[in-house]
Amino acid sequence: MDSARREWLLNSALALALFVVPLWAWIAGEPFIITLATRVAILAIAAVGLNIALGLGGMVSFGHALYLGIGGYVAGIAAHHAFNGTPVLGLPGTNQMLPVWAIAMLVSGGVAAVVGALSLRTSGIFFIMITLAFAQMGFFFALSWPAYGGEDGLPIFMRNQFPGMNTNRPWDLFLIAYAVLMAALLVFALLRAARFGAALMAIRQNPDRAAAVGISPFGIRLTAFILSGMITGLAGAMMADLTRFVSPAMMAWTMSGELIVIIILGGVGRLFGPVAGAAILVGFEVFFGGVTEHWKLWLGLVLLAVVLFARGGLIGLIAGRARHG
Amino acid sequence: MTALLQLEDLHVFYGASQALDGVTLQVDEGQAVALMGRNGMGKTTTISAACRMLPLRKGRVIFAGQDISNWPSFRAARLGIGLVPEGRRCFPNLTVRENLIAAARPGRWDMAQVQRLFPRLRERADQYAVSLSGGEQQMLAIGRALMTNPRLLILDEATEGLAPVIRREIWAAITRLRGDGLSILLVDKTLSEILPFADASVILDRGHVIWQGAPDGLTADLQHRYLGV
Repeated sequence: MDSARREWLLNSALALALFVVPLWAWIAGEPFIITLATRVAILAIAAVGLNIALGLGGMVSFGHALYLGIGGYVAGIAAHHAFNGTPVLGLPGTNQMLPVWAIAMLVSGGVAAVVGALSLRTSGIFFIMITLAFAQMGFFFALSWPAYGGEDGLPIFMRNQFPGMNTNRPWDLFLIAYAVLMAALLVFALLRAARFGAALMAIRQNPDRAAAVGISPFGIRLTAFILSGMITGLAGAMMADLTRFVSPAMMAWTMSGELIVIIILGGVGRLFGPVAGAAILVGFEVFFGGVTEHWKLWLGLVLLAVVLFARGGLIGLIAGRARHG
Repeated sequence: MTALLQLEDLHVFYGASQALDGVTLQVDEGQAVALMGRNGMGKTTTISAACRMLPLRKGRVIFAGQDISNWPSFRAARLGIGLVPEGRRCFPNLTVRENLIAAARPGRWDMAQVQRLFPRLRERADQYAVSLSGGEQQMLAIGRALMTNPRLLILDEATEGLAPVIRREIWAAITRLRGDGLSILLVDKTLSEILPFADASVILDRGHVIWQGAPDGLTADLQHRYLGV
């Protein structure tokens, strides 16, 4: 069986498992498991966003928690004002997910445009450090913003609503997250198959060569970076609704690191890498987190093993390496 | 005939060492020009400067009537300069299909047209470029340049290091492109292959143009002195 077919089967199995496990939990009346699956789906959406920049474009953004946090605060602030009945920037607050998602994506995309325009003039370690610096700015800004909770964070008393669903029921919320994840994966697959994706990967391999065939390295990378930030921002809004809480911790550098870890564990640039990686991360947190508080040590060892022996991540380990070199 | 590419008095330096010392040459619409000279005389530097991949100390690059001396290379490529670089330089970890669509711009040349010119690229569409033979990589490099729908195709040592049967296949393809009216600037060292093909030839020596004219004017003396034949 060739590698592409194996990857396709593995992807299908992952998509099915992520649906069947919470379905079983729903039938068995285990809401905790449904919520865990929702968390996997939302983290995977965030990582799909990062996978566009990092996996396809080779842009190692160490500041994607910024977009997660921006999305989270958009949801939190909208809910806060809707709950209090006060306006924000002259607009009423909202407790509807769809407009919140749209605003979260717009704001994260706008911030990503500024961050990208400045940091894409650098590369390598400088790019990593600049993206980190921007995320830290966001983190400290949120920390020192008393109107929305400062370091205490901002609770969401009433989960935002989705037409036709009762978002207070874990199964309904899971279905929403699952559908958005599938949509995000579809966007990723379409981008990768289009001229845009090929150009982005070509730039990763050699920007000068790409420019010689008419590809604008800066323009394509910036577009990818903005799309990447928008998808991660969407995940942030959903994450806020899942936990009913937003805090500066969403923008912490450890969160940026977690998103990178998810992609490395799952498989950099692989379509379902974010899904596999998010499942591994949450799985570790639950199973080893119950055994020892030092579960991150064991996760670190697994990460080390992946980097040393299975650079394609879980997807690469099972389906074979997609790319040479 | 109207000039398509004009290089005027190009001076290019690599650090302190001067690579081009006032190169002036012209490729007309529909013309095939051969750029010749021994190794290290400035041929690749000249075409890199034409593609705007090197900064100019002095001189101008004019393409299709526009002064592109200060343009970035991707804009020069979009204006219609298609480069097939020396040593193929495909994107090794992209598939053949991805290599081609990455460069695609609207126009006459598309995936189907390129695959018609080089049927092997259709057979190898889902293979990574790194796994292709040298000849196939050269076909891919030419195909990729054609996908940009260039007005001028620049070929740098298009058949260097390839087996004779592959060389013939590639020359046949280039001859077809020429027959279609595409302007071509080619760098090569094999006189027997260039001469029947080119309308004009230019000899570079130590960063200067020391001779240009119709290929039949290349006397045995010129060939001996500057081309090492």
